[in-house]
Amino acid sequence: MSEAAEMIKMTGQAAVSAALFEAMEADPKVLVFGEDVADREGGGVMGTTRGLSTKFGDMRVRSTPIAEQAIIGAAIGAAMAGYKPVAEIMLMNFTTVAMDMIVNHAAKLRFMSGGQSQVPITIRTLTGAGFQTAGQHADHYEGWFCHTAGIKVVAPSSPADYKGLLLSCINDPDPCLFIETGKTLFAPGEVAADQGPIPLGKAKVVMPGTDVTLISYSSMMFACYQAAAELAEAGISAEVIDLRTISPWDKQTVLASVEKTGRAVVVHEAVRSFGPGAEIAATIQEELFGKLKAPVRRLGAPYSAVPFAKVLEDAFLVQPADVVACVKALMG
Amino acid sequence: MNQTTTNAAVPDAAAQLDIFRRMIRIERNDDATRAQIRRGRIAAPYYSARGQECIPATISNLLTDDDVICTIYRGIHDMVAKGMPLRPLWAEICGRVDGTCKGKGGPMHLTHAATGCMVTTGIVGSSMPIANGFAWASLLDGSKRVTVAYFGDGASNIGAFHEALNLASVWKLPVIFVCQNNGFAEHTRYENGTGCAQISDRAAGYGMPGFTVDGNDPFELYGYAHAAIERARSGEGPTLLECTTFRFMGHVFGDADTYMTKEEKDAAIAKDPLPIYRQKLIDTGVATEEQLADLTTQTEAEVQDAIDFAMACEFPSVDELRRDVFAEEIPA
Repeated sequence: MSEAAEMIKMTGQAAVSAALFEAMEADPKVLVFGEDVADREGGGVMGTTRGLSTKFGDMRVRSTPIAEQAIIGAAIGAAMAGYKPVAEIMLMNFTTVAMDMIVNHAAKLRFMSGGQSQVPITIRTLTGAGFQTAGQHADHYEGWFCHTAGIKVVAPSSPADYKGLLLSCINDPDPCLFIETGKTLFAPGEVAADQGPIPLGKAKVVMPGTDVTLISYSSMMFACYQAAAELAEAGISAEVIDLRTISPWDKQTVLASVEKTGRAVVVHEAVRSFGPGAEIAATIQEELFGKLKAPVRRLGAPYSAVPFAKVLEDAFLVQPADVVACVKALMG
Repeated sequence: MNQTTTNAAVPDAAAQLDIFRRMIRIERNDDATRAQIRRGRIAAPYYSARGQECIPATISNLLTDDDVICTIYRGIHDMVAKGMPLRPLWAEICGRVDGTCKGKGGPMHLTHAATGCMVTTGIVGSSMPIANGFAWASLLDGSKRVTVAYFGDGASNIGAFHEALNLASVWKLPVIFVCQNNGFAEHTRYENGTGCAQISDRAAGYGMPGFTVDGNDPFELYGYAHAAIERARSGEGPTLLECTTFRFMGHVFGDADTYMTKEEKDAAIAKDPLPIYRQKLIDTGVATEEQLADLTTQTEAEVQDAIDFAMACEFPSVDELRRDVFAEEIPA
């Protein structure tokens, strides 16, 4: 981006839409499909794909039946035949209906065919608690996909990253799961008018600090920002890292930061047990054991389904105060 | 059959001989595979398609090199019929680096893109949603390429079948769903697991033509397959073709077949389609006994050459574990 680049204020949702328009314009091989995505069906239940089918036609932008296996299967076949499909699975919980296609096929066909097949699909999916949608519409299942070799897992938190990372996913030669959340989609931010692709697998140090490293992604970045501000008032300097790509994750950036600060807290909305934070915390202690000033901590949801009642949902989600308390305990 | 076809295409002499050539290639290759397993020279689960040769042999005669097939773990006959070369096939069966998939897929997961053998899935039913993607790509390309999805009778009870047939119908995809109904889903007899009299009945529920044909009679099958392929090529949409047959070697090679009576199996083997078809070609003057014997001898030599080739190939390097997971090799 040039210094003179115009900055535009937009939401994550507008950034996703901009990325889709740009990618479809640039490459006729890019396809968009999923439930209700075409304009005849309102351009998506959230309106994110509005206008695409009118501009690029009903063959490249197609609404599908409510049939997640059929959606991902068609994406895989079209990808193997040379296209770059962006398949929308409306909510992350619905990926469970298509797990065979995602895990056994999309993620593995390159390996199992000895490199003959490539499956450059992008699966856009929405999730996140906080809207009282309860246990079948709000789960963070990224850990399942991170555990499957052959699929990249991407979770932006800012509008600029939404645009840049989605452009990268669409043009990546491998399958990518692109996780969107209500909280991050609706938050406005500055995006350069010429915002291009942002490399996958690269974390971003969003706030520099010296005492502790907060490692997070997606909606929980907001909890970390608020916690970092409160900690600063208490004289504690937190370095905040947005992973952006959860798998493969940017070990180098994380380890360099924790080596400097000596303390690390991994924060995610996913259930803490066996969550991505466990992998990150384990790696930190393996690589930096003698250099740590305190145990590596993980903050995530309790071992529970996402609840409905607001009081339960608030308790389910990691709050900024939880992050602050955790860091203060580490500082001793 | 639940609908009639007006197409009465019949194979000419050259096509009849070509179908035999493909059938004998499948049968000799299958015989050699079982012999190698019995001698302990290869160790792999093997799902013999002995008895089902006629189906892919006839259909492949009607396909071009550009047409695509997606099949299942009992699918080596489909691949051999489509034209997969025997040397890399055998190297793959033997887990060698010169295999079609560098020894990373094995006999249940063959791919040979050059001959249109795009996917072999080990998951029952999963060939169909992916076949739709290839078919959609044909429409987008404006090409006449058709896609054949092979599957068994058991696969018509899994969700992927229903999702895929519905989408193919709604999108009028150039795909032919070919059910090789051998009467058993693994060990379960057809009527104990399938709630309709014949698989082709299910086509009506998706608004596509469906036919049940004698999958052991190349003459009958040819007409129906020809019509289905032409229907797909001309943009009229998909067809469900149920081909009745029998598998002579049980579910997995070595199983005891306790789920069927000896009489039933003997009766089916007594109607082995291969010698019956062979005799018909001689009786009708399409080929001489000597010609067919020579063809068989040549085929045996070719299979033996492939086995010798495969056994002399190297095993893959363990570095292959880091390759083809993603397009970019994973660092050691």
